[in-house]
Amino acid sequence: MIPLSWYLALAGGLFCLGVYGVLARRNAVAILMGIELMLNAVNINLVAFWRYVTPAQIAGQAFAIMVFAVAASEAAVGLALIISVYRRRTTVVAEEIDLLKW
Amino acid sequence: MEPLKLIFLLAGAVTLLSALMVVTTRKLVHAALWLVLTLAGVSVLFVLLNAAFLAIVQVVIYIGAIAILIIFAVMLTRGSMDDTGPQTNRRWWLAGLIAVGLFAGILLLVVSEPAASAGVPAEAPGDSLRQLGLALVSVDGYVLPFELASVLLLAALIGAIFVARPPDAASEGGEE
Repeated sequence: MIPLSWYLALAGGLFCLGVYGVLARRNAVAILMGIELMLNAVNINLVAFWRYVTPAQIAGQAFAIMVFAVAASEAAVGLALIISVYRRRTTVVAEEIDLLKW
Repeated sequence: MEPLKLIFLLAGAVTLLSALMVVTTRKLVHAALWLVLTLAGVSVLFVLLNAAFLAIVQVVIYIGAIAILIIFAVMLTRGSMDDTGPQTNRRWWLAGLIAVGLFAGILLLVVSEPAASAGVPAEAPGDSLRQLGLALVSVDGYVLPFELASVLLLAALIGAIFVARPPDAASEGGEE
């Protein structure tokens, strides 16, 4: 069988790629894609721990479903904000959206 | 090598490579399509973990809804950012350093934890889907987080409609 550490290492790699995407990308939509990658890494971890550590309880899968709902909410609100900003300022570059900077 | 390990390695390699393409491709539409491949790889991993229901949910919600939403947003905001311009900010090397350092830290933790290398998983419960359904609606289980997630999703969707209104319609609504 596949060791648990393989899943953890894979999820760690996926999470770090998401972190790089969020920190380095200039386009706001690309930053949201990085957040989706990180949420997916968390879901892999939740399901892997459910399968390997507590298969009798269902908590890991139940919380993975919560993460799905939160991810859908985050994508809807984030993309609505980006489209709204694009309508008013015709830009999606994160560093040019500085409305809240003194 | 066992076939399961081979499938895991293949799915993991596809997932990580396409995730790398998501964060490095210049064209945003291509990045969104690579994101779809990443999400499909994650759903294969869910199947390997005996969570078939979550694999279906992954395909329906992530690939069917969120990825399509992202592709729509990319196409609605095209032209503002040329595909030829720089796609990363000035301190992208610092971001890369942070990501690599974080990965090294996680790997160190995973390797140093003896429980993580325990290979043989406990026996899978017989009917995990039925168990999951009962847990999501029973008072002893997760009915409160489940309802909270539903209300959060509803509020987020109504808020998204409100935020994404055209600016003119907003001022008209305010006048009357």
